[in-house]
Amino acid sequence: MSVDWLIPAILTIVTAATPLVFAAVGETVVEKAGVLNLGVEGMMIMGAIAAFATAVSTGSGFLAVIAGAGAGLLLALIFGVLTVYFQSNQVATGLALTIFGLGLSALIGNSYVGKTFEGLAKLDIPGLSDIPVIGPLIFGHDGLVYFSVISVIIVAWFLNRTRVGLLVRAVGENHDAAHSIGYSVTLVRMGAILFGGAMAGVGGAYLSIAYTPLWVENMTAGRGWIALALVVFASWKPWRGFLGAYLFGGITIIQLYAQGMGVEVSAQFLSMLPYLATILVLVVISRDSAKARVNAPACLGKNFHVSV
Amino acid sequence: MLLRLEQRPEVSKSMVYVSPLIAVVLTILTAMLMFALLGVDPVKAIATFFIEPISTLDGLAELCVKATPLILIGVGLALGFQANVWNIGAEGQLIIGALAGGGLALAFYDQSSIFLVPAMLVCGVIGGMAWAAIPAWLKTRYNTNEILTSLMLTYVGLLVLSYLVHGPWKDPEGQNFPESRLFHESALLPILIDETRLNVGWLLALLVVVAGWLLISRHIIGFQIKVIGMAPMAARFAGFKEKRLIWLTLLISGGCAGLAGVIELSGAIGQIVPSISPGYGFTAIIVAFLGRLHPVGVFFAGLLMALTYLGGDSAQITMNMPNAVIGVFQGMLLFFLLASDVLIRYRVRIGPHKVPAEVAE
Repeated sequence: MSVDWLIPAILTIVTAATPLVFAAVGETVVEKAGVLNLGVEGMMIMGAIAAFATAVSTGSGFLAVIAGAGAGLLLALIFGVLTVYFQSNQVATGLALTIFGLGLSALIGNSYVGKTFEGLAKLDIPGLSDIPVIGPLIFGHDGLVYFSVISVIIVAWFLNRTRVGLLVRAVGENHDAAHSIGYSVTLVRMGAILFGGAMAGVGGAYLSIAYTPLWVENMTAGRGWIALALVVFASWKPWRGFLGAYLFGGITIIQLYAQGMGVEVSAQFLSMLPYLATILVLVVISRDSAKARVNAPACLGKNFHVSV
Repeated sequence: MLLRLEQRPEVSKSMVYVSPLIAVVLTILTAMLMFALLGVDPVKAIATFFIEPISTLDGLAELCVKATPLILIGVGLALGFQANVWNIGAEGQLIIGALAGGGLALAFYDQSSIFLVPAMLVCGVIGGMAWAAIPAWLKTRYNTNEILTSLMLTYVGLLVLSYLVHGPWKDPEGQNFPESRLFHESALLPILIDETRLNVGWLLALLVVVAGWLLISRHIIGFQIKVIGMAPMAARFAGFKEKRLIWLTLLISGGCAGLAGVIELSGAIGQIVPSISPGYGFTAIIVAFLGRLHPVGVFFAGLLMALTYLGGDSAQITMNMPNAVIGVFQGMLLFFLLASDVLIRYRVRIGPHKVPAEVAE
């Protein structure tokens, strides 16, 4: 069998998986700190429009990514203030964040419909990128792809090997205990929420400046929710989240190639695959309720308030 | 810190009702500020948004038409939310309900019968229930998070709709537009006021409000829903069947959403089109919270949210403002509501922390 189709296929998987990696890894840290932010979709779409708008007006991919992260962070700030300081229900606040983000991004994006951006530049190392097969697979991506892999490594190291990471996990497992030995639950949670927002924003930015470099309303199409499911699927472990994202990237390209190979199925049914796969994955992972409870941070979704 | 929160000994009953009003006022003030920054006269903009649309009889009728699905879905969701069952896939249940009812209308497109509309409504309810039964089954059988499954099924539902209007249900006599045939006259809901779109669906919504109210305040199931939401352990000790309540609340909210879908098709649209709902299923989540998860509150919240849709339309026509501004308003309103809800359980105190006497002893 020739590898002619294999390399583009793998490259497509990578681009489809990268936004999910960012969003899922960010949300992993948030949930490890005991906060359930259901607003990932809203933060991603705001990241997408902020990045696209910046890319179109400045032409700089780097500034666009920064803008995407900033937009996600700002939205996460609203969530953090409401849930951490105002003690609001995390589920409801996350939903509000998604509704607000989808609306605001459409409002801002209104004047960017139809504009184009050439897309994020691919890494091109003379010599290395020209090696057959390995060249394009390892050295042929845009910068954000490498950054996504690095972010997984850093987050895994941070959560499991550093003191602050231990503190984040402690706050997520038992916020009262963490508070009683003198740590600031509020500060840790705000930090985690803001980090999660910035990562979701970068994930959104990847969609609008690299995956499909243009702006379409609702272009995240549920990827924020899929990222949330990935966190559960990964049992709150960054590396498993990374694998999960690539699994989903694989499902996404089945759609493209099945149609290319002339499979007689309507496009709509193929487009359902990622959503159905998410449900299936959730069923498989949640089936054993005792195990699911051990993996989930014990204080996930619970607000913390100092009572005298 | 100068400002701090102090837990109230009991939740404040009055704040439960005051907080939505605070939220609405804050939303309007913020919106005015936003308009001023955009260089639009804020007073004129607010008038265009909230007063102009309902200054005519036709406008009022349209308000009720838009409020119908929001109230129907909101009542169903409120029951579930009270029991901590988070069905956020009402949009998908609305679509599948609409397709079930609309499919029946297409099957009998050339026949006249007085039974068609009732049968369509029943199909709509069943369709919505069936779609909500999937997350219910997955949650009770496999412990799967209903938030994620119901939402994923919304995307699947939208694709089913897209497949049907582009494929098998496309009008064979049409000009290849992705739309179904027009429904037969006997498949349309009777209109209540001539020259408007106000239809029998509005009365059904009122009926559901009353039924929901009776269920939550007078029926043992309503009591169980409240207990399981507030004190799950107590509910377990009392022997309430948690799984049964999950099924029940999801089926009720799914059925309500399905009914809303078929009413929208048969009352307001009259054929199956690629976009049946402008996100009613999601807006109804805000409606449920704004209405304090109570059917009567949902009624008023539904009317208010319907007004934002009309206001968005009129702002688009007269001030050339993009329709997306509606979502921004709605999200902002929910933020302010959630923030003001802190006053229900906490007091805001100024000054440094004081240790109460009984603790200090």
